[in-house]
Order: sequence, then structure tokens, then C-alpha cells
Amino acid sequence: MTAMPPPVVTREHGLHLLSQMLRIRCFEDRCAELYSAGKIRGFLHLYNGEEAVAVGVMQSLQPVDAIAGTYREHGHALARGIGMRTLMAELLGKEAGCCRGRGGSMHIFDAATRFYGGNAIVGGSLPLAIGLGLAEKLHDRKAIAVCFFGEGAVAEGEFHESMNLAALWSLPVLFVCENNYYAMGTAWARSEVQTSLLAKVAGYCMRGESIDGMDVLAVETVANQLVRDVRAQRTPAFLEARTYRFRAHSMYDPQLYRSKDEVKGWEERGPLIRLTSRLKEAGLMTEDDFQRLQSSANAEVDDAVQFAEQATIEPVEELQRFVYAEETL
Amino acid sequence: MSAAEAITRRTTYRDAVRDGLRQALLRDPRVFLMGEDIGRYGGCFAVTKGLLEEFGEARIRDTPLSESAFVGAGIGAALGGLRPIVEIMTVNFSLLALDQILNTAATLCHMSGGQFPVPLVIRMATGAGRQVAAQHSHSLEGWYSHIPGLRIAAPATIDDAAGMLAAALACRDPVIIFEHMNLYNSQGELTAAAASADLEHAAIRRPGRDVSLITYGASLFKCLTAADQLAMHGIEAEVIDLRVLRPLDAKTVIESVQRTRRAVIVDEGWRSVGIAAEISARVMEQAFYDLDAPVQRVCSVEVPVPYAKHMEEAALPQVAQIVAAVASMFNHGQ
Repeated sequence: MTAMPPPVVTREHGLHLLSQMLRIRCFEDRCAELYSAGKIRGFLHLYNGEEAVAVGVMQSLQPVDAIAGTYREHGHALARGIGMRTLMAELLGKEAGCCRGRGGSMHIFDAATRFYGGNAIVGGSLPLAIGLGLAEKLHDRKAIAVCFFGEGAVAEGEFHESMNLAALWSLPVLFVCENNYYAMGTAWARSEVQTSLLAKVAGYCMRGESIDGMDVLAVETVANQLVRDVRAQRTPAFLEARTYRFRAHSMYDPQLYRSKDEVKGWEERGPLIRLTSRLKEAGLMTEDDFQRLQSSANAEVDDAVQFAEQATIEPVEELQRFVYAEETL
Repeated sequence: MSAAEAITRRTTYRDAVRDGLRQALLRDPRVFLMGEDIGRYGGCFAVTKGLLEEFGEARIRDTPLSESAFVGAGIGAALGGLRPIVEIMTVNFSLLALDQILNTAATLCHMSGGQFPVPLVIRMATGAGRQVAAQHSHSLEGWYSHIPGLRIAAPATIDDAAGMLAAALACRDPVIIFEHMNLYNSQGELTAAAASADLEHAAIRRPGRDVSLITYGASLFKCLTAADQLAMHGIEAEVIDLRVLRPLDAKTVIESVQRTRRAVIVDEGWRSVGIAAEISARVMEQAFYDLDAPVQRVCSVEVPVPYAKHMEEAALPQVAQIVAAVASMFNHGQ
């Protein structure tokens, strides 16, 4: 755990962080409505409560950096700069979606922002990030790879194989573990004998930090340090962000494994409430400012939904397109 | 002396594969090799011997025994602009990386709407015949050939051993190259034809008018031997080396069967639900009315491959079985 003074933030940057988190929250809430309305189908995993992690980490990245994530990745996609229209169109299965409607919620990809998913196999993106880091190293480029994954992935062999390989080969990879304490319904303490992630990471001789993932300023500050080091030293680092998902695991989850009081406790110290009160208390934001950001986020989501609903579907004749690449090297 | 004759030389399958790897490394700085014991050790089957000394540790990368991680890293490296060639020691070990191969390598291009092709080459040893028993001997080419998004190659000849790698690297799809472990010591002529080895066509290795023997990998040589024996009895067998198991070159197979009107498929994989079953179905679908006899399959017996030599031999397709299968087609109704 890292103890540090409260980070200093400007009004402009504070409002930027809040607006990014509000966009995600608003987007996710609308997704839940669209799911209930039958317009989004399949599995839908929402990021409510965890916004500070994606938003905080993305601040420290550059456009050349590569990102691999999980099936709960709408927030990362938005924070990375994937357009909300193309993201919503993907969820509605439309051709204008970032993957032409082929991936859906769990498989968001975007070459322009080097966003390599979206991966619905827990732990599956860890080896991918190793390879992305290896490519940067062998190309002698200065970009880094960042891999987001949940604490559930820590139980997978791929986590340990990847941590070892990244350290062994000195690869520029930042591992970001979003510890929301439940792998679907299995509590962290019920699945691991060693519940200290930093203790595990120490076994791979890798620098690690653990932070309050509900505090976007803390996430950003520590991510900045780690990203700077990974970029400069070309060695991996590990960041645990302690966080919590406010909604169910997916839309099929009755949440029998946790108490309402527990959820309520985390909600009261949620990332939006935290930053909002902090900015207000510091005199950096007025209620009008907040309302303006909220309206702006709502308007952007309205626009994205309208765009997605009006978008066309991919012709079924294209079903077999892209099973193989259309161009040779 | 023609140009082709000028470069023709006698070599082993092992050296031909190594030659293909060397040429790829020399040709393209983005190419690198990664796998267990490929560097210091020189490769479990000595295929990569000497490459570490020539190309250095950055491009000839020994990995820990982490099949899933290093295959996944190959996928990531391919996405990052490199041209990785990953060696998995044997097909049985590849199952530890099957998640990465199927769920990621094979799906990414389609699932991302064409944004992320995965130009990854995986080489692995396959097959039985060395008494290494049931965890090192299987032929799972059929499993991999089931998967859309992959290209599956099975070089049997010296030219293909040397040349198919370049074709694999020239496409942007994940390609798995299966090298039968019994072929590494085989000898033959490396010719100029290696340079034009493709990933599309089956090859007729011996023309014949009476029956089509359809096979791939090390079974090719059993079929050629069987064809020689059949010729002594006046039966001219055409031997087709599939070379590429996905996508299948059905055209070459069907045209052959339409000429010979008989088909025997020889496959070291298990009989049920395998490549032989697939070829048989294609022949039924596309050449049923051309057949003079039911399609026959000569495959491995459906047991885990045993250690003891006599039992291992009994489990695998043998020349006598191929000859008998063909003979039964001509005795039909007599």
C-alpha cells in the first residue's frame, strides 16, 4: 500500500477526469436499460464503480501504447478514445460498430487506438500483452503494453506464466489488476491462499504497487510513476487497484454471494462521489459545473444510441469475411 | 545443366526445415523464433541447431515451459508487427496452448471485423513410431484442421519441409506446420521447387489410373510403398499428398477420384471424426456417382498409442493394410 499526500489537481484536469468517469457511468447505465429492452443481447458486464481505474491509468498512456483488457472493457474503450457511437453500434450488433457487430460487448477491438480487446477468456489477454511488449522491445520502440485484468485471472496459470516471462525478458508491460474482490461470485479470499497480490508479485521480482482504485487521482498518480518507469527502464511493473463493481457480474447474476450492506458501503465511497466532493470542497467545481458535465455525458450517450439504432446491420453475405485476412503481407 | 538441377542437393528433412528457418531469418528482420530448448539445446529434434550462434538470443528465444504464455506472446508479437515462428515441442504439449490457439489466434481477425489478422507461424512435431507412448505420439492434425481461421500444413517432402515456411510467412493468418517426427531423418533431394511451395494445393506424388490413395505427412511414404507393391499386381495407384489440411484442396482429390473411381484415405489420426472422415464425406458429396467401390479408410486404431514396439506398430496404419484395403475394392462382389 502506498501512502502519499493528496494529489494536486487543476480545475481543468479535475473536470476532465470527472467527465470521463461520468461518460462511462452514463454509458453503462444506458447499456443496462438497452439490455432490459432487448436491444443488447449476449453477455453484458458493466463497469460501474470501477471507472477510476481505467480513467486514471489511461491518463498516463500515449497513443503509441498498446492495450489489452477483459470482457468488462467498455470503460477502458471509452477512456482510451474509442468513439461512443462506434462502441454503442457494436453493442447493438451493427455494421458501424468497431468490430462490425461481430464482437459485441466482450470483444471490443480498435486498431486506431491500439486497443487489442476485449477478451472473454479470463487471463487470456495476459500472454497477448507479453507479446505486444516483446514487439516493442525487439523493434526498439518506446511504446509500452498495458494489460488490464481482474483478480480472478490471478488463479489462472497464464497469469503466472506471463508475469514470469515479462520479468525474465525485461518487457515493457504494465500489469493492472482490477481487484474487485469477486471472480463472478467467488470471493477473493475463498480462492487464494495468499491474498496479498504484492506478495505474489514479489515472487516474480517485479515492482508492484497497490492503491485505492476508487480514487482516480491516486490511480493516475501511481500509474504515471509506473508507466514512466516501464517506459524508461523497459521493465515490467504491476499495479493493483482495489475496487468494486456496483452492478451484478453480468445481467444474469442475482448476487447471492454478497450483502446489500457491503455493496452500499462501497457505493458510498465510489469514484464519482469521491472526486465530485473533493473538487467541490477544494473550490474547483460548482454544482453548475457538475450538472453541465452530467448533461453533456447524457447528450453524448443519447447521440450514440440514436446513431446505433439507426445504423445498418452487416449483410449476411459477409458472414465468412475475415475468417482469413484479406491481404497478404 | 538446368537451374533446378544446379541447386538440387541431397539433404535430410531436418536440415531442410532448418534451411527454411534460416532463410526466413535472413530475409526478414521481423522474423524471430521462440520455443522450448530451441537455442542452447539446439532443438528437441535438433532442427534449430546452430541458429542461436548465427542469429543471437534476441531472435532465437529459449522459453520457459509455459506453452500458453509463449504461444500467446507469439500472437501479441504478431499483432505488434513481428513475424514470430513459435516451436511447440510436440503436438501433445500444444494442448496446453490450445486456448490461445483457438480462442485468440483463430478468432481475432474475424471477431475484430478484419482489424487484427494474426500472422503467426507455429511449428510442432507430430506422429508416432518412436516408442514414446501415449503422451508424445498422437496425430491431432484433425483437431486443428477443424478450426476456421487457422491454416494447417503438413509437409511430407524435403521441398515442402524447406519451402512451406516461406508460404506461411507470406500470409497474414495463423499457420500451424506439423512435422512428423519420423521424417526428420529422412533423406531426399532439395530442389528449386521448394521456392514455389504453396499453402493451397495438394500434390499428386504418383499418378495412377486405378485407385486414389489420399494421405499426408509420414503416411505418404507408406502409400508410395503400397503403390509400388500394388503395381506388381497390375493395380496403378495414384498417391495424393494433401500437404495442406485446412483449407483442403478438395478439387485435386475429387478430380483424382473421378479418374480412378476408388478412394482409400490413409491417416495416422484416429479413424472416428478425423481427416479421413472429412475426406470421405467430401468424396460422397462430390463424386458419389463416380465411385466403383465404397471409400475405405486406413487409420490408427482407436487406442492411446502404446509403448511396446509390436503394439505401437499394430496401432498405426501399415503398408500391408493399405494394400489389403485396395485389394478388397477390386475383389468386391467376387
